[in-house]
Amino acid sequence: MTDTLAPAAQKSGPRISGAFHRLLAFSGLIALVVVFSLASPNFMQTQNVLAILQATSVNGVLAIAATLVIITGGIDLSVGTLMTFCAVIAGVLLTYWGLPLPVGVVGAIIAGAVCGTISGTVVAKLKVPPFIATLGMMLILKGLSLVISGTRPIYFNDTPGFTQIAQGSLVGALIPALPIPNGVMILFAVALIAAFVLGKTALGRYTFALGSNEEAVRLSGVNIDRWKIAVYSTAGAICGVAGLLIASRLNSAQPALGQGYELDAIAAVVIGGTSLSGGRGTVLGTLIGALIISVLANGLRILSVAQEWQTVVTGTIIILAVYADILRRRAL
Amino acid sequence: MFTRRTMLGALSAIAMLAATAGTAGAQDNYDIALISKGFQHQFWQAVKAGADKAAAEFGANVTFEGPESESQVDRQMDMLAAALSRNPDAIGFAALDSQAAVPLLQQAKDAGIPIIAFDSGVDSDIPLTTATTDNAAAAALAADKMAELIGGEGKVAVVAHDQTSRTGIDRVEGFVNRIAQAYPNIQVVTVQYGGGDQLQSTEITKSILLANPDLKGIFGANEGSAIGVANGKQELGSQIVVIGFDSGAAQKGMVQSGLMAGAITQNPVGIGYETVKAAIGALKGETLPPVIDTGFYYYDAANMADPEIAAVLYD
Repeated sequence: MTDTLAPAAQKSGPRISGAFHRLLAFSGLIALVVVFSLASPNFMQTQNVLAILQATSVNGVLAIAATLVIITGGIDLSVGTLMTFCAVIAGVLLTYWGLPLPVGVVGAIIAGAVCGTISGTVVAKLKVPPFIATLGMMLILKGLSLVISGTRPIYFNDTPGFTQIAQGSLVGALIPALPIPNGVMILFAVALIAAFVLGKTALGRYTFALGSNEEAVRLSGVNIDRWKIAVYSTAGAICGVAGLLIASRLNSAQPALGQGYELDAIAAVVIGGTSLSGGRGTVLGTLIGALIISVLANGLRILSVAQEWQTVVTGTIIILAVYADILRRRAL
Repeated sequence: MFTRRTMLGALSAIAMLAATAGTAGAQDNYDIALISKGFQHQFWQAVKAGADKAAAEFGANVTFEGPESESQVDRQMDMLAAALSRNPDAIGFAALDSQAAVPLLQQAKDAGIPIIAFDSGVDSDIPLTTATTDNAAAAALAADKMAELIGGEGKVAVVAHDQTSRTGIDRVEGFVNRIAQAYPNIQVVTVQYGGGDQLQSTEITKSILLANPDLKGIFGANEGSAIGVANGKQELGSQIVVIGFDSGAAQKGMVQSGLMAGAITQNPVGIGYETVKAAIGALKGETLPPVIDTGFYYYDAANMADPEIAAVLYD
């Protein structure tokens, strides 16, 4: 289990480095939780812990999508607006066309994969740098979401069960004392699948290889374009899942939302120890990074810290986390 | 070696957090959480200033939070959820999307935390009251000023932001109804919608002016619409009377230069003040009216500098 979640450890440097980094990010998370629990009795209530997990679900899924692309040495700035686009597509299928729920779910994920494929093709075949290709895609998808929805939210009132995707609780139905929202379980499921893909499949191996030394991979006769496009498609499909989560949580597809969410996703990725230069990273780290961001936001709110200062503290923590990572690598 | 350094880093982070936490002590006052639709815009900062004023006056601890943009509905839900976990005495809330907030509002009601809606309010029966501008009355004041400036007769038009939002409906109806009731010699020839977009409102204004050469005035029903109307007037070199809504640096400049005759401003400071005051009233068991009108003013180049008016204008 731990091995599937830490493929980077085997790829780059001694095995201990990945394990230690996970420990570092994890102990940072624990430290935050301990501080907030001591500072306020309201922090460690079941209801608040569930609120934190619920707040992590969308950013966590987006961050996992971003992790895949970042490990290849690329970047995906379109994750936020792609999420929105997929939510709007679900709205069109379910509310405008009245199709059954599974069609909307599958349709949103396919829409994500298709957009990812387009981004990947632009990057791999047209040789447009990932930053530019996905910046363009971010704007295209933002515009298309507004066009398709007529700039108004699309509500899912006619699709019973849609809000259950994120807000319902299957776990709670089985164990009433543990009402973990489905959205959180979907985040964990996406994390497990992504970790498996990275650790145990050819796609995962090529994801790391592309980020470590793309030229070497090409010279060894591998069709790197194909694998690169596959990574972007997978990331797109994951954004489709995020789109369903946020739409279900809000019971609506909000077309103007999404821009700026890519930065939170990238922040979670780097706090989790994935290198922006590629070749190194873990899904577990990203998950912990996303949790650190939401624990921080929630804890500071519970302590009634002014919003201006919340932002300052969050920025400081991001820099500290990455600095700790640099210290660790220098020490090796 | 590196363990010691990272330990130091972790310790300093904890120290920093403890320091920020320390400033938030002193819990003997009422604790009121305001979740707004925005944070850094001048309008919302003015609402916050009003809330802080009431907090100081009545002895309450007030926090004020809002998402970076009015599209971030999920961020607002996270803020509301965290505010609920904090278990405050009361919550003030301006919903970005009322539907999305229903489960959390229900949670607050079940926990016995009174909710006061403010600004555009919340489409639900859970809030005890709503502190907001009476938009229909504010637009009626714009109609009175329009009638006065065009001499009580002639054709006028309205350029509004949209026909679905509460403010859009109330301002258009408030203006049109007042003209119909009080000024039989004034005719509202058309009401057009430009989505609050300056450019679109400019194009609409130009087509209205070209279609009605004898038009006397146009009412722009929100900031973007009003600026668009004034731009359209300028591009065609027309002499019509323009009355706007809200402030902002651009609109204030247009009023000052005379391009716009004047505008209605809401009272964001009053919105914040009345929200906190109502929350404290609810906690003391007072009965609250269903709606609290937070007031509005008409401003023009002559009275813009008056302290009473300048206090409610924002850039």
